Amino acid sequence: MSQKISLHYDIDGKDFSIAGEASSSVKKVLKQLGVSPEIIRKVAISMYEAEINTVIHAGGGAADVEITPDRIHVMFSDRGPGIADVALAMKEGFSTAPEYAREMGFGAGMGLANIKNNVDEVKIRSALGEGTTVEITVLI
Amino acid sequence: MKLSEIRNMLGAKVLTEDAEERLCGIDIKTACGSDLMSDVLAFVKDQGLLLTGLVNPQVVRTAEMMDICAICFVRGKVPDESIITLAKELGVPLLQTPLSLFIASGRLYKGGLMCEEE
Ligand SMILES: Nc1ncnc2c1ncn2[C@@H]1O[C@H](COP(=O)(O)OP(=O)(O)OP(=O)(O)O)[C@@H](O)[C@H]1O
Ligand SMILES: [Mg+2]
Repeated sequence: MSQKISLHYDIDGKDFSIAGEASSSVKKVLKQLGVSPEIIRKVAISMYEAEINTVIHAGGGAADVEITPDRIHVMFSDRGPGIADVALAMKEGFSTAPEYAREMGFGAGMGLANIKNNVDEVKIRSALGEGTTVEITVLI
Repeated sequence: MKLSEIRNMLGAKVLTEDAEERLCGIDIKTACGSDLMSDVLAFVKDQGLLLTGLVNPQVVRTAEMMDICAICFVRGKVPDESIITLAKELGVPLLQTPLSLFIASGRLYKGGLMCEEE
């Protein structure tokens, strides 16, 4: 893997049953590239958390993935309602998840903290009424 | 413990039509019982069996992300065809037992399957 691989995914906000397809696809690509299982796991878990968030909290968005020999960088962007207090949202247990998401087994307020625990860097930028970007980097 | 042994211990049905050979070839070292995928994503460290009463496609996707070896739905919960198709696609065997989460977990524990803390 000498050059850069760039992948773009649209994340559908209406169909919760397909949430996770982008993460699943990236996981397959990383496997094909021979990336170590430990790194793949970190990327898969954190991408899946962010992808689910994009669906349930923002009504959809996009994921842009860049894979280079030394790192995997993923940028999730949406035009959802935004996060009023990012530091508070990062706290375990804080959640505004809708009822349907809770019924599907989500909404414990663990996702952002879990992302932080799995990646080398996470950057969240958000503006109320404009949207949110969540950038994650996992070093290879 | 082989997945085929787990199936027998739980009186479970295999929903994904996996061949006996495949079930014998999957070695399960640990299990986790939860209806909360948020917790599974945050706390499960070892890839094992997921026992759950929750039935939706995201259970299968969570298993895929976490490299969980197999899923067993408890209390006779029936996943719809699209969930079974997804699991087949992703190669995650689905089992279904009439037992409750508590009883199913108890049987496996008694049968020698360890939990993650041990
Ligand atoms: N893309 C987003 N747009 C708007 N709000 C978001 C977004 N991502 C996260 N949030 C806010 O941050 C909170 C915490 O997110 P986090 O992923 O930690 O928990 P959760 O999604 O509510 O539950 P869990 O991830 O455990 O299923 C959310 O409840 C929501 O209020
Ligand atoms: Mg979340």
